[in-house]
Amino acid sequence: MIQLIKKISAIITIFFAAPMVALAQGAAQTAPVLNSGNTAWLTVATILVLLMTIPGLALFYGGLVRQKNILSIIMQCLICVAVISILWFAFGYSWVFGTEFMKSGSPLGAVIGGFDKVFLNGVTTKSLVSPANVPEISFALFQCMFAVITPALIIGAFAERIKFSGFLLFTILWSILVYNPMAHFVWGGGWLQQLGAIDFAGGTVVHINAGVSALIMALMLGKRRDYKVGRPTSPNNIPFVFMGAAFLWLGWFGFNAGSGLTADGLDANAFLVTHLATCVAAITWMIIDWLLNKKPTTVGVCTGAVAGLVAITPASGSVGILGAMSIGMITSIVCFCMVAYVKPKFKYDDSLDAFGVHGIGGIVGSILTGVFATRAITGATGAYGALYGNWHQLGVQLIATSFSIIYSGIITYILFIIVDKIVGIRVDPREEEEGVDVYEHGESAYNG
Amino acid sequence: MKKIEAIIRKSRFEEVKEALLEADIEWFSYYDVRGVGKTRQERIFRGIVYDTSYIERTMLILVVRDINVEKTVNAIRECAKTGEIGDGRIFISTIDDSVRIRTGERGDIALYDNK
Repeated sequence: MIQLIKKISAIITIFFAAPMVALAQGAAQTAPVLNSGNTAWLTVATILVLLMTIPGLALFYGGLVRQKNILSIIMQCLICVAVISILWFAFGYSWVFGTEFMKSGSPLGAVIGGFDKVFLNGVTTKSLVSPANVPEISFALFQCMFAVITPALIIGAFAERIKFSGFLLFTILWSILVYNPMAHFVWGGGWLQQLGAIDFAGGTVVHINAGVSALIMALMLGKRRDYKVGRPTSPNNIPFVFMGAAFLWLGWFGFNAGSGLTADGLDANAFLVTHLATCVAAITWMIIDWLLNKKPTTVGVCTGAVAGLVAITPASGSVGILGAMSIGMITSIVCFCMVAYVKPKFKYDDSLDAFGVHGIGGIVGSILTGVFATRAITGATGAYGALYGNWHQLGVQLIATSFSIIYSGIITYILFIIVDKIVGIRVDPREEEEGVDVYEHGESAYNG
Repeated sequence: MKKIEAIIRKSRFEEVKEALLEADIEWFSYYDVRGVGKTRQERIFRGIVYDTSYIERTMLILVVRDINVEKTVNAIRECAKTGEIGDGRIFISTIDDSVRIRTGERGDIALYDNK
């Protein structure tokens, strides 16, 4: 009898206590606490990255075109924010950062994370992203701003001659079929991330991706009718160009220093190197301008600053002051040569140098990351570059860079043909001559 | 001496300017003008259509010697023409005299550099 009672009580104990113990263990291991410092900084960084697209890019590109086309640029940037944001929360976020396909070992997992987080399914106000311990909602919003700015960068290549309907369809398809897979490869646990490619804030995903697509678009679309090789049309409002560049510089601190998701020393360093690389790139461009063209120009310094910002993006989490300054200087020189010599030589009409600055700046920055990355920043077990003896890292950077170029180049080419068949991309000659603003949008910018 | 005033499409200005320079017409003034005519450009703000009834054009003003009148008019006409309504007009009138402010020269000589 007593034995029976003992047995029963033992069974009861096992039945009830075991889950309790398991629960207690689970709580001890994984109950992460929200980090309010990181969350506050990430929220500010998100706002800063949004400022890069509107008004940053809208003013920067808008000031560079002629006044008959400024509204088309502003409209394209503005609608990019609205449309891509919806796409991102509908399924983009899930595509990039979902885990369904990755976990199940499906071959689709290489391209698509999963559709388990469609419309933020399962993401609650309590969901946290480790190890930064910020709300997953904040993380998704921060990433949303990256998805928004990437297609907006391409606008510079086809400015002044694209139909709004064609632009809209192209941008939507491009975001789905080029941006999402690339972001998954590099950030969502895809093969480039597993290979060990360093891309702290989006040199490959954002800048090379957008820059190469810009080149393809400029080539496919053809020259503007009144484009004269080597004689760029005069910008309608240089103060706008300056304001746009200033917003980009400001917003880029959120772009780079926010990408670590934490508010710590690594992000402080990202902030620092972003600033220094940009300063050096701006000064370098001014010196070249001054030596070769006899005058230091405002538009030149703005362009140089943007080139520096682009180049430091992949490197901002792994280089020190010296590396940042070298990257800024080298990129500025290379981009200047692209814009001033290579573009006129090959006679393609990249209206606002989206490829010359973003594409080339991104490529140079991504490769130089493999040279200047240092363990002084990435930690004792972190990645380091060729300058410190690790040639393997340079190889990995070259693979990641060439893959981005080939992938976005091919898909953009296909998308152009599809969109051109469905709605047509280029405006009529008459419309191009009189200005896209009045014909496409029924408005003109200045009515004083 | 004749004064030539031409109202042309803004979008044709660059071509007209190049053609005039090629025809050795080295100086002229221009400004943006608005007029009322047969073409309309509708503007829509916040869903409301504004028929502003005005047309934006560029007006050129040149003063040339009599021998240059024909080639100037031809240069403008060839380059400003698109064949559709709204290409503009050219007006020619006689000028009594001209003075070069720097030297005080009068008449035809004030219009060109005698080199």
